[in-house]
Amino acid sequence: MPIPDTTFAQHLNLLCAGLFLLVTLGLIATRQVLASVRIFILQSCLLAISALLIGLVYGSPHLFAVAAITVVTKVFLIPLFLRRRLGPDMHARREVDISVGIPTALLVALGLTGFAYFVMHPLVQATTADISANMPVGTAVLIVGSYAILVRREALPQLMGLLAMENGAFLAGISIAPDLPLIAELAAAFDVIIIVVVLGLLTKKIHERIGHTTVGELDDLKEGEA
Amino acid sequence: MFESIGFNFLQVIVVLFLSPLLKGILSRWKERLQSKKGPSIFQVYYDIWKLFHKDQVFSHTSTWIFRFTPYLVFVAPIFVTLLIPVLTAYPLFFAFMGDMVGGGFVLALAGFFASLAAVDTSNPYGAMGASRTRMVSFLAEPVFMMVFFTVAFVAGSTIPYIVQQYWVASPSNFLAPSHVLVVVAFFMLIVAETGSIPVDNPSGHFELAMIDESKSLEYSGKGAALMKWGSAMKLYVLFSIFSNVLVAPWGLAVDREIGSVLLAIPVTFLKLLVVGAVLVIVESSFSKLRLFRITEFLGVAFIVSIAAVLTRLLEF
Repeated sequence: MPIPDTTFAQHLNLLCAGLFLLVTLGLIATRQVLASVRIFILQSCLLAISALLIGLVYGSPHLFAVAAITVVTKVFLIPLFLRRRLGPDMHARREVDISVGIPTALLVALGLTGFAYFVMHPLVQATTADISANMPVGTAVLIVGSYAILVRREALPQLMGLLAMENGAFLAGISIAPDLPLIAELAAAFDVIIIVVVLGLLTKKIHERIGHTTVGELDDLKEGEA
Repeated sequence: MFESIGFNFLQVIVVLFLSPLLKGILSRWKERLQSKKGPSIFQVYYDIWKLFHKDQVFSHTSTWIFRFTPYLVFVAPIFVTLLIPVLTAYPLFFAFMGDMVGGGFVLALAGFFASLAAVDTSNPYGAMGASRTRMVSFLAEPVFMMVFFTVAFVAGSTIPYIVQQYWVASPSNFLAPSHVLVVVAFFMLIVAETGSIPVDNPSGHFELAMIDESKSLEYSGKGAALMKWGSAMKLYVLFSIFSNVLVAPWGLAVDREIGSVLLAIPVTFLKLLVVGAVLVIVESSFSKLRLFRITEFLGVAFIVSIAAVLTRLLEF
């Protein structure tokens, strides 16, 4: 591996990590379902690019496979499936409910990002200096994704939060485990598809039964009473 | 030293005479993108020329503030031009008279007087536009401060020339996450400050929806020309800070030859056009926000700028 190549790749990877964090903040800030799906696609693209760059840095073909799997599953298959199954719900141009105001939610997300940086500080020392941004950013996205699940009241944005969590975990993972066996990556990618299929079908059923997917209001055991 | 002063004044001349062209090209592109024919790219020059040959009308109730404001609006961007790298990568004669925060305050002073003048005429739309502008700019102020704190913190200075040198110095500074976030926050700030579409519609002529335009409604003749020219120069100055200091600090003249400084004029102008193209695309692909959604827009910008500080602070 020529050295100057990889330093540039490392710098590009820093840029990717920055954009990844920015896009995740966008996931909290957006009000429309379609926009959040697009943000997820963008986030997955950034993850794939980052995997490619780190693969270049470590000279590890496994990470190229990770990038390819990410592109195939998260950029094409999952959005395609969601569009097929949940078309009307997704294209609804109404605004999605969020339980706190958007500026407040963003401030909390920012606090969580700071927390992630703080917690990851000892671990960052263990990774190569110039791809160190992946660890804290990935962890931050993991936590912010779970926060998105908490504050969103509808099923599809919650699903997006779950997928963002998964992306964050991957982003952190590829920087510390470049030689993860391919089978593990495949299993993880397959898992995500299964999760999306199950949750997508469930959401569709809920939608068919009660006409909306506002999870926050599903607090009765029997249907047809509210 | 004399050439340093000379280049500094060359910068002012460039900003004075190219800023209407920049504005003209942007409005042309915007109309083109919306499948309209659009005005000539020299339209802003024609407007300014025409207005300079018209008489001025003043309301009886207005005071000296109303007469004084156009001059201030015209002069403020010129002062800022003296402080920022428009053509050269090395500091010029007046570069250390003030930093980016100082430049921001000079622009804010002009904005403040423009709002006062809008209230001064007792035209109801003027006061409404002025109060809205104040709302947008007091929300933009913390973003502005945070962006410059981040820049100061990262580069160790708020003098724009030094900041620009810092980004050029190594690609790891340039591609750092905090830099990306600062750039995004500053772009949102430019959108708010120049009254572009997610915040305000610059070509709108419906008084009730106006934010920025309504302040200069009462001006006629020379006053209107100066206000128009001043706002074109403010756009040029903000774009220059954005492209020459923050995003793409290349293409500026690095030596003191007059030829390379002259060559920097078209190069920097092309860079500004690229920034402008991004702004035009943003303007054409979003709809205008409701008035009280602007708080959210600038809230997001504020969060992004804080994230920039935070990622930098905790990185090492």
